[in-house]
Amino acid sequence: MQKHLELSQVGISFPTPKGPFIALQNVNLSIAKGEIISLIGHSGCGKSTVLNIIAGLLKATEGGVILNHKEVNEPGPERAVVFQHHSLLPWLSVYENVALAVRQVFSGKMTKSQMQDWIEHNLALVQMSHARDKKPAEISGGMKQRVGIARALAMQPQVLLMDEPFGALDALTRAHLQDSVQQIQAELGNTVILITHDVDEAVLLSDRIVMMTNGPAATVGEVLQIDLPRPRDRLALADCPKYNHYRHQVLSFLYEKQRKVEPLPVASAKASQDKRLIKEEARA
Amino acid sequence: MIIQLKNSMPASAIASWQPKLRELLRQGSLTLAGLAIFVLCWAALAANLQTSLGQFPGPSAVAVQFNALVAEHQAEKNREQLFYQRQQERLEKNPEAVRRPYSGRPTFFSQIQTSLQTVLSGFLLASLFAIPAGVLIGLSPLCYSAANPLIQLLKPISPLAWLPLITIVVSASYPADGLLSRSYLVSALTVALCSLWPTLINTIVGVSQVPADLQNVSKVLRLNWFRHVRAIVLPSAVPMIFTGLRLSLGIAWMVLIAAEMLAQNPGLGKFVWDEFQNGSSDSLARICVAVAVIGLIGLLLDRLMLSLQKAVSWDKSVQLR
Repeated sequence: MQKHLELSQVGISFPTPKGPFIALQNVNLSIAKGEIISLIGHSGCGKSTVLNIIAGLLKATEGGVILNHKEVNEPGPERAVVFQHHSLLPWLSVYENVALAVRQVFSGKMTKSQMQDWIEHNLALVQMSHARDKKPAEISGGMKQRVGIARALAMQPQVLLMDEPFGALDALTRAHLQDSVQQIQAELGNTVILITHDVDEAVLLSDRIVMMTNGPAATVGEVLQIDLPRPRDRLALADCPKYNHYRHQVLSFLYEKQRKVEPLPVASAKASQDKRLIKEEARA
Repeated sequence: MIIQLKNSMPASAIASWQPKLRELLRQGSLTLAGLAIFVLCWAALAANLQTSLGQFPGPSAVAVQFNALVAEHQAEKNREQLFYQRQQERLEKNPEAVRRPYSGRPTFFSQIQTSLQTVLSGFLLASLFAIPAGVLIGLSPLCYSAANPLIQLLKPISPLAWLPLITIVVSASYPADGLLSRSYLVSALTVALCSLWPTLINTIVGVSQVPADLQNVSKVLRLNWFRHVRAIVLPSAVPMIFTGLRLSLGIAWMVLIAAEMLAQNPGLGKFVWDEFQNGSSDSLARICVAVAVIGLIGLLLDRLMLSLQKAVSWDKSVQLR
């Protein structure tokens, strides 16, 4: 396997009044060029933290990230991020949002008309050409996410980082966008790291699924290789025993090995209310 | 075909117009009713109020004085025209004759003009300082910690407290025969000093509240400081900045009247003060005219800023009013 992106002994801790809080520990991951990797785990396990460290938005306190033999120290367009909440600039049109990225990355390397073509090309790739002059507030959530993907792709990144890109969308739109991402990735061959909560999404899209243990001091629990032929069709896969086997493995990791026991919010609210009552009585 | 469809208004459009029209009529009649009640109460109270300057003016007395002020303005304008006509004739006869500008009394309407000029220059000066300063302070936690206590300290100071200081400083540093009169400078500077705070504070808040997501976009794109400010920070803060500007203009107009009274800048403030000192039987009604005009101009300035605010606000989900 050709070494492309490598995380070695990555850990991060945050200082708190009670001493450092270790959020992430000993994360080791080696990712080949053109691979699609999903990070899956319960909320709060540090999936986003791993992604942000790769993006350079957070700095690891232990270990480090190497991309193409260079250490990652700061954010940059070669590691483009598709944010969970699209993060389009609301005062710019769809076209201008992509243009901002293209102008920043390619000014001096492309002529004006080349840039124009490149912006149009990326909008066409996510099928958003028809809404090029609309503002983000005027298009649906799925469309915004498409534009966010177009903006990230337009930076021609070596690694595309997607932080729960479809989490806020309805099931139909999500399926549609998953197919788009598969298609685009097959065409461009980007390395993709995707955070998800959705087991089906992880199995459908990934070459490997990285399952994370619960925090604090979360780390990589298991890595599951998905050997399904591409292009993958969700309908055909629904009856595929191999697919269901993979699904089952992820589910058993999440719900048996890393089961997260959380007190029911109603019960805890009542308990604290009772405590307060007792305190008030004691005061009286 | 399509054009035709657009031109002929479909029935649904007419149907959607009717409730709007009804709402407009309802709002208009309520506004008029409120105004009518106010005028009636005023008339009733004024009729029973005797002052040292005679009866307190009611609506009709004020209307009479308004017409008188318009007539005075016309008369003064005619006089000015005649003056220049005579001067022209003199100059034709004797090209060596001295050319003088007309130095008549300022009328009510020229005073309004002076007031507007003064308030706008003071407001402009305040904005030119407050917006860049607000951006710098808002972006740097260091600057913020240094500037915030000072801002909180200076913000509540009354224009009346600043005025003597500004008067002394201006008369010490600006020649009496300068291009701008000292009274104008004093008024404009007082307005600027008192009205810059809302713009400054709102700019600081707007700039420091750029969503983390958008800041991350800027980081991933590696925008440099200037591009970051221009492409991300300023547009994001525009709604807050304009809210501040609107508040500032309101304060500027209020402060102006007080400043003009004391600085003797020939505007509406001086008009009110002179009428008060004059103490004739018409004075109170003339002051009432000035009060109404001050209110009306304040309202118009606010509406002007509101439409500007609406035009530049990208967040159409917020209802501005």
